[in-house]
Amino acid sequence: MTAPTAASAARPAAGPPEFGRPGFGRLLVSEWTKIRTVRSTLWSLILLVVLDLGFTALFVGLTMSQWDNTSAGDRAAISADPVSFILGSGFFLSQLTVCVLGVLVIGSEYSTGMIRASLLAVPRRLPMLWAKALVFGLVVLVLGIAVSFVSFFIGVGLVGDRMEISLGDPGVLRAVIGGGLYLAMLGLFALAIGAIVRHTAGGITGVIGFVLVLAPLAMLLPGSIGDHVHAYLPSEAGTLIAKAQQGPDDLLSPWQGYGVFALWTVALLALAAFLLKRRDA
Amino acid sequence: MIEAENLSKRYGDKTAVDDLSFTVAPGRVTGFLGPNGAGKSTTMRLLLGLDRPDRGDARIHGRHYRDLDAPLRVVGALLEARAVHTGRSAYNHLLCLAQTQGIGKRRVDEVVDLVGLTGPARKRAGGFSLGMGQRLGIAAALLGDPSVLILDEPVNGLDPEGIMWIRTLMQRLAAEGRTVFVSSHLMNEMAVTAEHLIVIGRGRLIADCSTEEFIERSTEKTVTVRSPDADRLAGVVAAEGGKVAAGGDGLITVTQMEAPRVGELAAAEGIVLHELTPSRGSLEAAFMELTRDSVEYGADPGIDPGIDPGAVRGAVPGAVPSPEGDPR
Repeated sequence: MTAPTAASAARPAAGPPEFGRPGFGRLLVSEWTKIRTVRSTLWSLILLVVLDLGFTALFVGLTMSQWDNTSAGDRAAISADPVSFILGSGFFLSQLTVCVLGVLVIGSEYSTGMIRASLLAVPRRLPMLWAKALVFGLVVLVLGIAVSFVSFFIGVGLVGDRMEISLGDPGVLRAVIGGGLYLAMLGLFALAIGAIVRHTAGGITGVIGFVLVLAPLAMLLPGSIGDHVHAYLPSEAGTLIAKAQQGPDDLLSPWQGYGVFALWTVALLALAAFLLKRRDA
Repeated sequence: MIEAENLSKRYGDKTAVDDLSFTVAPGRVTGFLGPNGAGKSTTMRLLLGLDRPDRGDARIHGRHYRDLDAPLRVVGALLEARAVHTGRSAYNHLLCLAQTQGIGKRRVDEVVDLVGLTGPARKRAGGFSLGMGQRLGIAAALLGDPSVLILDEPVNGLDPEGIMWIRTLMQRLAAEGRTVFVSSHLMNEMAVTAEHLIVIGRGRLIADCSTEEFIERSTEKTVTVRSPDADRLAGVVAAEGGKVAAGGDGLITVTQMEAPRVGELAAAEGIVLHELTPSRGSLEAAFMELTRDSVEYGADPGIDPGIDPGAVRGAVPGAVPSPEGDPR
């Protein structure tokens, strides 16, 4: 064991010393350190890339190999918005890694007790939440856009000359960037739920319930009620941003849909902030 | 300087802290003593703004913890429950905390060396033993070179060498003029570490005095006397106001009379003494007796520590065992 040195004795500590309040930038640096120094981040993000690109190749590849046997109706559906088909093939499953990581980023602080150290360092609490959300959102946004572009080019390559797809076509570039925007918002949505539930398993179940289970359930509602509820569900509305254009059955335009998703996320983050401020840690 | 003013906290229908007021002065180690579940950890969490008091106020250097601009540079805290992400290395744990306060990497290395974690600092904290975890917690507390230290059961899980180390460290930090507030449920540990004691039971204040005074008034002085003429001596001592218990074989135990007075009486009566030994009751036993009514999880309420309960309880003013309310 190392003998105690005089390291901490450099300054005799009498009376209340005055220190300036550390800026928000320091909290961003700290949250960046937190996020890059746990393995779950790396593994989740690797899984995101592998699943996204893998399933783009798998779905688009399989569909194209069966193209000549595919019914005219299905072909028309895909041809109407091939960009949506390509991107959707990629993130349908890989989005779950973002859901899980979003919950973990805050939920693991609660499950390990780290949250107490975090709140001792930032006793006003909310700046910690905003810094965490901003850093995580940016990480997913950057990676999400990159993955979205690669997924798009893989898809375009597999489609070949069966359809004309170009980044210059109306709405296509927005849709590809939109793939990243969707994942980033989904990450914040998951983070908010993780902060509210304060429990990793519960939070992950909740987010996946929202993303995967609620949509088919809403479809069971009768008539236009079902259609409206379905259209305004967070992930259903959110994925519209990854479509090149508004489909005939879509109640919302891409940006409207993304706006709805953003409202869900903002509402949940606000609730998370309210609870973080109010609850005992 | 730490001030608690009428602090109260309930969890559901359990009262954890009940109208608790005290002040912790700088420059000495103040022990925060009480049996398990007495409300020590809750009180510390209230001081640190982790929990919100139902009533009352907790201030550090006159300010609420949450209003401190760079809290880790003012207050270093070790919590009873671990506050470390198990998947992160000790070094990175300290680094991310340091970064929130603008504390440099050099200081992180310094505290890692100071607590003796230089070797395993790059390993994941999840694999740490209880003792290593405590050292990491202490490193985090010292990170900002704070003037106030709030340590919840710091010796938990430490080996004897570690206990000696933390004891010396706390005393040195106090000697530097810092406020050191350290909780424990071990009376003997506090007796050798703390200069001042704040004792609570069931969330209420039992004693707030110097350690010396606490020992003085909560343990009973006894005198063991051996004499071939024990029966006659017993009569003489009893007549002068001493309380005598016969032990057989020429042995008697005298309480409520000092050893010199027993010797003088024996000399005056010409009684031969073979032994005259003044001693004190066990501090641990006295503490158990004092807090018996406020122990949440008692094994056997009938334990007899061998000391007259009335004498001990009556000796400490303000001993108000609460009849109701356990902390969570």
